[in-house]
Amino acid sequence: MFDPLMYVKVFAIGGLVCLIGQLLIITTKMTSARILVTFLLFGVVLEALKLFEPIREFAGAGISVPIIGFGASLAHGAISAGETMGLLGVLTGGLTATAGGIAVAIFAGYIFGLIFNSKTK
Amino acid sequence: MYITERNKKYNAYVEAKMPKTKPWPSLFRAFWVGGLICCLGELIKDLCLYFFPYMTIADAYAWALIILILLASFLTGVGIFDKIGAYAGAGTIVPITGFSNSIASPALEFKREGLVFGLMSKMFVIAGPVIVTGVVSSIVVGLIYLIFNL
Amino acid sequence: MLNRVGKQTLIFRNKPRVIGSFSIVGPKEGKGNFGKYFHKILQDDLFGEKSYESAESKMLIMAITEAINDAQVNRDEIDALFAGDLMNQIISSSFAARTLEVPYFGLFGACSTMAESLIMGACHVDGGFARYAACATGSHFSSAEKQFRYPLELGTQRPPTSQWTVTGMGCTILGNSQKGISVDYATIGKVVDWNVTDANNMGAAMAPAAMSTLKAHFDDTGKTPDDYDLILTGDLGKLGSEILIDLMEYQGYKLGSNYNDCGQMIYNNTQKTFMGGSGCGCGASILNSYVYSRMKKGELKNVLFVATGALMSTLSSQQGNSIPSIAHAVALSVGGENV
Repeated sequence: MFDPLMYVKVFAIGGLVCLIGQLLIITTKMTSARILVTFLLFGVVLEALKLFEPIREFAGAGISVPIIGFGASLAHGAISAGETMGLLGVLTGGLTATAGGIAVAIFAGYIFGLIFNSKTK
Repeated sequence: MYITERNKKYNAYVEAKMPKTKPWPSLFRAFWVGGLICCLGELIKDLCLYFFPYMTIADAYAWALIILILLASFLTGVGIFDKIGAYAGAGTIVPITGFSNSIASPALEFKREGLVFGLMSKMFVIAGPVIVTGVVSSIVVGLIYLIFNL
Repeated sequence: MLNRVGKQTLIFRNKPRVIGSFSIVGPKEGKGNFGKYFHKILQDDLFGEKSYESAESKMLIMAITEAINDAQVNRDEIDALFAGDLMNQIISSSFAARTLEVPYFGLFGACSTMAESLIMGACHVDGGFARYAACATGSHFSSAEKQFRYPLELGTQRPPTSQWTVTGMGCTILGNSQKGISVDYATIGKVVDWNVTDANNMGAAMAPAAMSTLKAHFDDTGKTPDDYDLILTGDLGKLGSEILIDLMEYQGYKLGSNYNDCGQMIYNNTQKTFMGGSGCGCGASILNSYVYSRMKKGELKNVLFVATGALMSTLSSQQGNSIPSIAHAVALSVGGENV
């Protein structure tokens, strides 16, 4: 807990992931929706290859805060629930594992959408 | 024939004429802001574990994401997030904050078109593809594991 | 007798004249390079309305009403209103026309609408079909952003070739008068598409259309760029106007210091608009303020106003189509040149 070396690693890996995202934006003119989808898929692939967990042990929030972590949780949920519950687990596992994040994003979006208005630039 | 040739030449000419911005400043900005957001996530996780020693690490990370999502949504509402985003680019898009912002910003924008067809349905114009991709790909991966008994 | 010269150019022998004009802009435009020329600068671009679309319509109503006042005519005497905007189904203009209750033609020429409406108005006045014609258009940054791009609060970076939609409206009242600024020629543009697909690079998409119309204008009338004190394109922006200069040079016409572009003029360098302004309101607000005022003072005698428009939609862009563009040219003069 509160290990300074860990924060250095989180900063470096998290920053590096975002830097790769920025590089993609500059070179391919990708829009933000495409960036999100690409990194999410990357997370799913990392989890499928069982590479995500070792990286998370090393970099902590540096890999789980980027949307890569979201993709990895989805895949991890589907795989592990599939092992215990079979086909039903494959179908329900992904969203169950990420339900918190999705629910909060929708809830907060709804509430703040009601309260605030978009401002002109 | 002449027309395709001309268009090709014109597009090449436009490409050469386009203002060349140096990539390094924007890469650096994405790096430090993105890194900082991840550190904030790590800090929230550590604080959770500090105050609730019996919490599992996975739950602590889940709380970190939830708080970052709430924070990004709030900053979107008060009109600050887009300024940070304009500065940092992928530095705020790639972390979970970008996902949160992509749900909150259309909710604010399309409020005038009503709650049902405006706010609620337009909420997913940007985040919808993310959820669809995530669900579809995770089911595919789960099925592969199930079938091949990995 | 046919009132045409060459292939694309109309001559207005009865000289319809600008008898009134008005421009209204948002706060950002007010802080730009032409703040002191605009007739009205809004402090809040919601203009007391609930949505930016309603604000856009209200601004257009104000521009038209005040231009009619400036012309010192009655609203009943406006026999035709030509207006258009960027919103789907040109709602801002049609809603404004609903309030104004004058005979109305809705136009869509994207950002070329100011020139298009001037041409239509001039035709009506010149042909004796209207005593007075109102020609108006405008755009609003926030409503355009919502329709064409992303929510305002989405945290993305604007690409370096992008332009900033101008929040601004302009209206010109044309009528028969003895003196003042006259509309002498109009060159109607063809739709030109050189296969630019990047919707964030409108200047490059529209520059060939501007070149085509300018060349047609010079060929038809026998004039040269030097015959004009000011050749003003609508919203090509910095990149687009540099491209136009190159394209014209390739065609054998040199655009010198008498050439400028509303898009690259309207904002100053500190306003972070990259290539400058765009939108119907860009050309409309500058033409109806700065250009007319300098012409009235006699500082400019002959002006060629070339408004350019990109005729794509978000659907056509998503389907991967290129961006067809158009430009219309209107030649204005003071003093009255005999045709």
